[in-house]
Amino acid sequence: MKISSLVWVKTILLTAVAAAISLAQIQNQPDDGQWTMPAKNYASTRFSTAGEINVSNVKNLKLAWTFSTGLTRGHEAAPLVVNNTMYVVTPWPNTLYALDLTKPGAPAKWAYQPNPVPAAQGVACCDVVNRGAFYYNGKIYYNTLDAQTVAVDAATGKEIWKTKLGDINQGETITMAPIVVKGKVLVGDSGGEFGVRGWLAGVDADTGKIAWRAYTTGPDKDVLIGPNFKPFYASERGADLGVKTWQGDQWKIGGGTAWSWISYDPELDLIYYGTSNPGPWNADMRPGDNKWACTIFARRPETGEAIWAYQIFPHDDHDYDAVNENILLDLTINGRLRKVLAHPDRDGRMYIMDRATGEVISAEAFAFQNTTEYVDLKTGRIKIVESKTTGFKTTRDICPAPPGGKDWQPSAFSPRTGLIYIPHNNLCYEIQGVQANYIAGTPYVGANVKMYAGPGGNRGEFTAWDPVNAKAVWKIKEELPVWSGAVVTAGDVVFYGTMDGWFKALDARNGTPLWQFKLGSGTVGQPVVYKGPDGKEYIAILSGVGGWSGAVVSGGLNPAADGTAALGFGNAMADLGKFTTKGGMLYAFALP
Amino acid sequence: MHSRSLSVLFLSALPLIGADVNVLRVCADPNNLPFSSRSGEGLENRLAELLAHRIGRSVAYTWWSERKNFIEQTLGEDRCDAVMSIPSSLDSAGTTRPYYHSTYVFVSRKDRDLRITSLADSRFSNWRIGIHVVGDDYAPPAYALAHRGLAANITGFSLFGAYGEPNPPARLLDAVASGDVDVAIVWGPLAGYFAARHNTRFDIAPVSPAVYLGVPFRYGISVGVRKGDEPLRQKLDQALDGACTSVQALLRSYGVPQVAEPEGGKACGPRPPSRAASS
Repeated sequence: MKISSLVWVKTILLTAVAAAISLAQIQNQPDDGQWTMPAKNYASTRFSTAGEINVSNVKNLKLAWTFSTGLTRGHEAAPLVVNNTMYVVTPWPNTLYALDLTKPGAPAKWAYQPNPVPAAQGVACCDVVNRGAFYYNGKIYYNTLDAQTVAVDAATGKEIWKTKLGDINQGETITMAPIVVKGKVLVGDSGGEFGVRGWLAGVDADTGKIAWRAYTTGPDKDVLIGPNFKPFYASERGADLGVKTWQGDQWKIGGGTAWSWISYDPELDLIYYGTSNPGPWNADMRPGDNKWACTIFARRPETGEAIWAYQIFPHDDHDYDAVNENILLDLTINGRLRKVLAHPDRDGRMYIMDRATGEVISAEAFAFQNTTEYVDLKTGRIKIVESKTTGFKTTRDICPAPPGGKDWQPSAFSPRTGLIYIPHNNLCYEIQGVQANYIAGTPYVGANVKMYAGPGGNRGEFTAWDPVNAKAVWKIKEELPVWSGAVVTAGDVVFYGTMDGWFKALDARNGTPLWQFKLGSGTVGQPVVYKGPDGKEYIAILSGVGGWSGAVVSGGLNPAADGTAALGFGNAMADLGKFTTKGGMLYAFALP
Repeated sequence: MHSRSLSVLFLSALPLIGADVNVLRVCADPNNLPFSSRSGEGLENRLAELLAHRIGRSVAYTWWSERKNFIEQTLGEDRCDAVMSIPSSLDSAGTTRPYYHSTYVFVSRKDRDLRITSLADSRFSNWRIGIHVVGDDYAPPAYALAHRGLAANITGFSLFGAYGEPNPPARLLDAVASGDVDVAIVWGPLAGYFAARHNTRFDIAPVSPAVYLGVPFRYGISVGVRKGDEPLRQKLDQALDGACTSVQALLRSYGVPQVAEPEGGKACGPRPPSRAASS
């Protein structure tokens, strides 16, 4: 406990400093070489000021050490590095490992086992993944698949508290990495595929007590919409839209989970996150805009109070969750300094929004798409292509597919190049007829969804995007969807990994390939950068293919027998087994 | 009591190793009556014992919630050899011949005397209609009603409900009894079983037409095995043929509403009384 109170004092100081300086300063400040949260900072830039590894010498990068998790499901987590210790959260059973970076080979100091209930595996929609932990105040916070949040002493591995936030018996799981803001651990649920009602909760970081919970659907009092709610567009104003934009009681099973990233702007004191698709899948079954599914919310971290909201895709009929990351940037656009959030959405468009007001500044496509024509910047309303809507009909050649132009895999931003680096997909789909299905003793028919590669035949892309001019600067085609996160450094090197196991370094300025290393299994993880106790710069990433895209390998699904396996992703990923095998392993690289 | 069932609770996610030839490994949901329960009182529990006995084996259960990818996670990952009931048309598993055909049914309070027979009934536009939501999809009758512009009349009830409590699917019949909905449209075996055990008296009638907008309301139900496990599939087919009368008695005791099977079927269930019976 002595160690943890020292850390506590240090963190209080850091927090006080962080609150006093502007976001622009946070983006550019020299960092201490630690990696305390998956997105590196509250602005979610995934930018490291480390410059030891640069475009000239990255070709000499060598494997420094490895660590096996012994597990074979999808490894989506970002490792953390705090006080010369690396923290790794595994997929189910969600073990937390602490690795001692001061010793050769970084041996494990301890492992904490939360023991989630085995039944959670059957309830998880898309592999039993976990996207990582958050360090705050001497504690490691993370979520378990059976919908619990835990606080673990970062020094000893001792459990401090464990709070049940959701009910696995109702189909609720948690896969996201929490963030901690002003003493609140912010957590959202997964399970939109099971008719749950989505929420984001604020949990007291010291006690584990639930301080607030903001539902995505339902009356304003449940959504925590009050007198301070000032959305930019008229379509988002009005009482109880979370009820009135649904028919009858349908909002009660309306989905809209908050299963992915949260950002925070200390100056505006606002958190930003997106909600998932409305349920059920077939859009004809739920007439109306279905608020607040597929929506970006700005809320106060201490109370959860909603300040503004913007529904990206009203009446979503393609599973276009709005859950992707929101990168907070201060950009000069048309001669005016704007505090923006950059949100690369499942619908294939990069939303640049005024994060103080919720106004859309631009929304251009970074991935091939044919489901929408444009976003009307006056009304905020997206213009849908009628011929690509779904419902009681067969619709073909719809792009992007349900995993979107981009799914959860997080982008990075470099203040040096001014570019956002987007790992993403190039997938289309068709939805036709109906297919016999079966759940809980009950036969039924569901949409027969089949996904396949988009134009060009490549299923993945890595795009460098100019958020000021709203256009791509360069693109790399990848055979498979790029399902790993990205990280970029002051050495102007950008890193990402592929599902066939190549961990790659590119020149962040022009996309020139500089280095690559073959990991044992494909990666769907998030690379991080840290300074070791030896003062050297390290890059670390988990391999271990899986997730929604990789379930064909990690879940042993048979796409040959069932193209609709993994909610239709099986068809697009049938050959993944030719490229990679499963197995979780952490790799750390450094210059010799 | 034809045979003693061997109930084993596997806490581990690992598949069984060293399968015993004297054991029929069955995957079943621990809380899914009338089909299966951990205490062994479900239709599938009884059928498993009956079939295992006929092929000279004893039953060993792996309890696994029946959710999306149930077949892939159970048969597909070798956690068991058989599941007792899946739609005969499912293509992710090998299936025996159907041992019954059932249908979605209308359920209303007997004292209201609604006499519903068809999805085309004009009164639906004035009613609140309860329908199960299975996973991310409504049960099939919802599609037909939504196509008629009646999506607003539908109230969805999660088939999973509060899974920690007994019999989640029964909440839909409770809603009919309490008047929260005027009519429920429910998968027959669920309706037959829970209606018989309810304080309220219900009218139950098969949904017609049998197919609407390409969406079927009638399904054949088979025993499922791993795709390609022909030896076991044949054994179970023979066992089903041999036990036909017992299986029919079992289905009756669970109140399963059966519909006439398509012509040429081999089951010993009810035969079509006449060509006019359905459609």
